[in-house]
Amino acid sequence: MKNPYIPYLVNILDTWYEAPGDRCIKTFKVTFADPAVWDVWSHRPGQCAMVGIPGVGESMFCVSSSPTEKGYLRFSIMKTGKNTTALHELEAGDQFYVRGPYGNTFPLDEWKGKNIITIGGGIGQAPLRPVIQYIRDNRDDYGELTVIYGARTSADHCFKDEFEEMNACGDVCCHLSVDVEEENWPHFVGFVPQLLMEVEPKPDNAIAVTCGPPIMIKFVLQNLEKLGFQPEQVYTTLENRMKCGIGKCGRCNAGPLYVCKDGPVFSYAQLKEVPEAFA
Amino acid sequence: MADKILKKEKTAEALKELAKFRLFAPARSDDVVLFRQIEDPSEAFLEYGNSTVPPKKVVFPQTETLFRFRLGDPELKEKSVEEEGTTVIFGLRPCDARAMAIVDNLFGWDYDDPYYLKRRELTTLVGMGCVNPPSVNCFCTSVGGEPCGTENLDLLLTDLGEEYLVKALTDKGEKLAETIGSFLEDAPEGATARAEELAIAAREAVSRSIDTAGIQEKLPTLWESPLWKEVSAACLGCGICTYLCPTCHCFDIQDEVEDVEGRRCRMWDSCMFREYTLHASGHNPRPTRRERTRNRISHKYSYFPGKFGVIACVGCGRCINLCPVNIDILEILGKVVEA
Repeated sequence: MKNPYIPYLVNILDTWYEAPGDRCIKTFKVTFADPAVWDVWSHRPGQCAMVGIPGVGESMFCVSSSPTEKGYLRFSIMKTGKNTTALHELEAGDQFYVRGPYGNTFPLDEWKGKNIITIGGGIGQAPLRPVIQYIRDNRDDYGELTVIYGARTSADHCFKDEFEEMNACGDVCCHLSVDVEEENWPHFVGFVPQLLMEVEPKPDNAIAVTCGPPIMIKFVLQNLEKLGFQPEQVYTTLENRMKCGIGKCGRCNAGPLYVCKDGPVFSYAQLKEVPEAFA
Repeated sequence: MADKILKKEKTAEALKELAKFRLFAPARSDDVVLFRQIEDPSEAFLEYGNSTVPPKKVVFPQTETLFRFRLGDPELKEKSVEEEGTTVIFGLRPCDARAMAIVDNLFGWDYDDPYYLKRRELTTLVGMGCVNPPSVNCFCTSVGGEPCGTENLDLLLTDLGEEYLVKALTDKGEKLAETIGSFLEDAPEGATARAEELAIAAREAVSRSIDTAGIQEKLPTLWESPLWKEVSAACLGCGICTYLCPTCHCFDIQDEVEDVEGRRCRMWDSCMFREYTLHASGHNPRPTRRERTRNRISHKYSYFPGKFGVIACVGCGRCINLCPVNIDILEILGKVVEA
């Protein structure tokens, strides 16, 4: 049996910046150095992987590509600490290591036939991107797809080109916002929870998925309740510091739930009962 | 195998024979007793109460290499535990053996932890029954243990005064007993009964206790209780309660590099440390010792039993004996029961 602590080597195919600044966000498009790994690697939207560089360390990130995007994985990583700073130094042609995939997944099979609303903020769009992509690649299986996304400024928006393409294509209702007014911004100005009330999605036969900063999630959950969404219809992902990713090292629990194994995907119905969930 | 006797004057010879394996036995180091690899039987100290440091490090080292690497070379060289060879822990207390059985649940759950599980497979556990409960703070009988319990042991020794009764409990234990067979004698009539009497008396002699019924379900209801602030007020955050706990298994993973040679290793960590849950963003979901203490107790008495059906505490009393500010887990649990 494979040693779960030994990561796979990946080759970087391409990199680009999603957002600028001290905490800039860079996307890495990678493939396994040994193509045989693709025979054993199988991830679903929502799952995570440990990404690292020997000599520096490892951290857990969501896989920001959908399994329907074949031949590569994507990670969108904000420069925050030691490991992410080292990763940001890397370019196409360089290598790093990945182990996983870890954790549970968005229950996309259960959601078939339903209208899906994603509500994201900032880098919180990274785990929502594979959901959107998966639905678009299996378009007939799902109802309406509504994408609500905001960031501080338009420059801080991740996946800008993809939103533009979605806006144009017509099979996705795309709603964008910036927190503060800026010149030539044609969309909503305000916070994501406000935009949600503006869009006013109907709860009938619908699932809402949200990810973003804790303060955004707090108000999004309140507003979804106002719109008539039941806790069972609302999903989010949690993150906590992790070391092993496989339920051994201890630290990522929110109450009795281990984010690495029981999560990272949780329904609000589950989390409502866990006092540490939004700590 | 019928019960045997090991005369105390033969113990040194038996240990010498066992030292052909990787042999760990209790040994003195200044004021503390800990399990150390011994080659010379005179290093072993068997007239001990309980070891200050539990023997968990034999199967779960305080720091261990996961793999080695060379900077610039993509190859990762996995550490082989197999080559450490057959290992014997001689003279561990039944509570510490039970603790390993409890931790086995975690390392064998879902993903097998190859390092831990291989070491467990290579290790034979020779227990020493507590005919005199070693500490006033022992409470093994409250959490499913026995001073002379046999759970997870391969051999159990019971001190009968001039000799040890040797009871083989598993095939592994029988095999080890054969290795030292020339130093063993058939147990005389009455020796087994004598050991059983001592075990019953030892059970009665455990002075502290707690009724754990219902604690698992009650803990989550006390989330905002003022008791967490009260019981953690004196805590220094030193982590000794977790480092010396035989069931605490949390670890950190860090890379070390010297020149171009590096290794990824894991080392014991503690939920009582601030950095344990600190996010890279600076956010900390358990910002103070109140939340950390609440998590430590809840993990042992609620989350772990919820997941694996067994309390992650064996009642060894080390966290009580060794806390520099006298925080007492039984007092905390007492408050939980009363609350």
